[in-house]
Amino acid sequence: MDKQASALITPTAPRIMAERKPRIAARAVNIYYGEKRAIHDLSIDIPDKAVSAFIGPSGCGKSTFLRAVNRMNDTIPSCRMTGEVLLDGKNIYDRDVDVVELRSHVGMVFQKPNPFPKSIYENVAYGPRIHGLAKDKAALDEIVEKSLKKAGLFEEVKDRLSHSGTSLSGGQQQRLCIARAIAVNPEVILMDEPCSALDPIATARIEELIDELRQNYCIIIVTHSMQQAARVSQLTAFFHLGTLVEYGDTDEMFTSPQDKRTQDYITGRFG
Amino acid sequence: MTDTAYRSRLKKRYAAESRFKAYGALALILTSAFLLYLLVDIARKGWPAFFEHRATIDVTLDATQIDAANPGAADYPGIVKESWRDKFPEFTSRGDKKKLNLLLSQAASDDLRQRVIADPTLIGKTVKTEVLLSDEADLFLKGQSQEIDKAVLEKVIATVPVERHWSWRLFSNGDSREPELAGLRGAIMGSLLTVFVALALGLPIGVAAAVYLEQFAPKNRWTDLLEVNINNLAAVPSIIFGLFGLAMFLNLFGMPRSAPVVGGLVLALLVLPTIIIASRAALKAVPPSIKEAALGVGASDQQAVFHHVLPLALPGVLTGAILGLARAFGETAPLLMIGMVAFIADVPKGFTDAATVLPVQIYLWSDLPELTFQSKTAAAIMVLIGILFSLNAVAIYLRKKFERRW
Repeated sequence: MDKQASALITPTAPRIMAERKPRIAARAVNIYYGEKRAIHDLSIDIPDKAVSAFIGPSGCGKSTFLRAVNRMNDTIPSCRMTGEVLLDGKNIYDRDVDVVELRSHVGMVFQKPNPFPKSIYENVAYGPRIHGLAKDKAALDEIVEKSLKKAGLFEEVKDRLSHSGTSLSGGQQQRLCIARAIAVNPEVILMDEPCSALDPIATARIEELIDELRQNYCIIIVTHSMQQAARVSQLTAFFHLGTLVEYGDTDEMFTSPQDKRTQDYITGRFG
Repeated sequence: MTDTAYRSRLKKRYAAESRFKAYGALALILTSAFLLYLLVDIARKGWPAFFEHRATIDVTLDATQIDAANPGAADYPGIVKESWRDKFPEFTSRGDKKKLNLLLSQAASDDLRQRVIADPTLIGKTVKTEVLLSDEADLFLKGQSQEIDKAVLEKVIATVPVERHWSWRLFSNGDSREPELAGLRGAIMGSLLTVFVALALGLPIGVAAAVYLEQFAPKNRWTDLLEVNINNLAAVPSIIFGLFGLAMFLNLFGMPRSAPVVGGLVLALLVLPTIIIASRAALKAVPPSIKEAALGVGASDQQAVFHHVLPLALPGVLTGAILGLARAFGETAPLLMIGMVAFIADVPKGFTDAATVLPVQIYLWSDLPELTFQSKTAAAIMVLIGILFSLNAVAIYLRKKFERRW
């Protein structure tokens, strides 16, 4: 069954979706924490090779939905979900989908930099190693170097790959986490407020990096900073109280929002 | 700043704070004083037991008394006693001779016998040999007792050299009815064997249980019940575990009495709750972000736990294990129930030999009336405390060494 064929009704469909197939699509997703419903009947199409930003006030469900895309919510016992999340047309919540394999396709970068307390090399090499991506040491070295280069960290750390990952600065740690995510060859990278613990210079560095990565990956970024969403994303989705209020091209969204709530949030009237 | 009411309130606050500080200091001083008194008292009583007195005399190894083909069979006590009496010709009466014999230990000739067996060429010669004095003579020389004929002993000291030596016997002998011969070797070996069994069983089972409960088990009523019961087990009096061991391992399974293997099984049950609780706390202290990071790059649940969470929790797990070990070393009550309280002179060689352990040895010796045993009780306590202190030191060292920041 071709799930992508079913028409998606959103308040404003982003222009880009007219020409591209969605990489990730959600259909009628409801997520509950115990009795509380965190996501209400959410449907969305997210394109490849673009940055989509999720914005909205705290507790609006944007992180919850993000974590549903690589089934990170599975680790929360009280969390329950209905509906479908499709990756390239395949429902990732189907019985025959292996969550370990899924997460090698959908990488994640967390809010607080969380490198393993191991060497920089080991941090990046861990993923390829458990997935058996490298045949020998030389191949692994190459993957580590390539990933660090893509994350724009290689030049800074090439002489101290054996140093602990936790000895790096916050911004470097976050780029190390991005390198770690890239190393397993994902198609999608989820970023949950990746800059909220960083200073403005480190933030700018990460944003540049995100812009570079856009060429090859489908990136979804959750952010509290509307400026950041405006700077790095091509598409923006505004969440409010667990519903997707508005989803469209970033430049249009910030200049002429369709919904009153979006306008209020963007202009700083609440949130 | 000139508000006097505020000033006086502030003053009151500071006074209360300094009072609280003083209470704390007082409590600390009191506990330190008690502890110091205890340790000093034990050391004062126990220290002399680490020494023994030996006299050096010439013993003639008459070839007619010792068969060179079978040097072990000769009457060495008789030979030594004869040489001993010959040194003091002035004691002629039966009574005096008896008093003279009382100064020598039963085992005074043992060392000589070993020497001759090792080197039969000594037969026919006169050799200088050290003979161990009896516990009464030893106590008198240490100034701990006057229960001996002073005149005889003073004559002995004036005639032959009597010296104080470090008593290796305390560590190389098993238990004995003779106070001067009783040693801790059997108890130390018994303790090591028992605690080895306890740890070999308790550590893997305890850590595995902790990992399962903390990382994999579903959170439901059953696991809650398990958790409550594990916490309760930690508070169960240890003698109950002994009774359980008696009923289960000895009566039901027919395992040998007084054996380190049974003691180890009982102690393993005893330290399991401690290890589980400490390990769970250590696992819980690992930030969840580490596990999320591992899951995020596609590690399975078990990989995330065994590659990342458990290694980070290891210092805490080790600390728990060593605290459990220390507890196992110090336990007495449960071992009484499974028969490890018998008088056992032989040093145990295996897990099924009859044995006793250090704290039980302390309990046994403390019951004996001889002054030397009282002193040895204190010495055994010193050895036990020494072992426990070094275990704690190892725990602290390991924790410091493996501790990581994130």
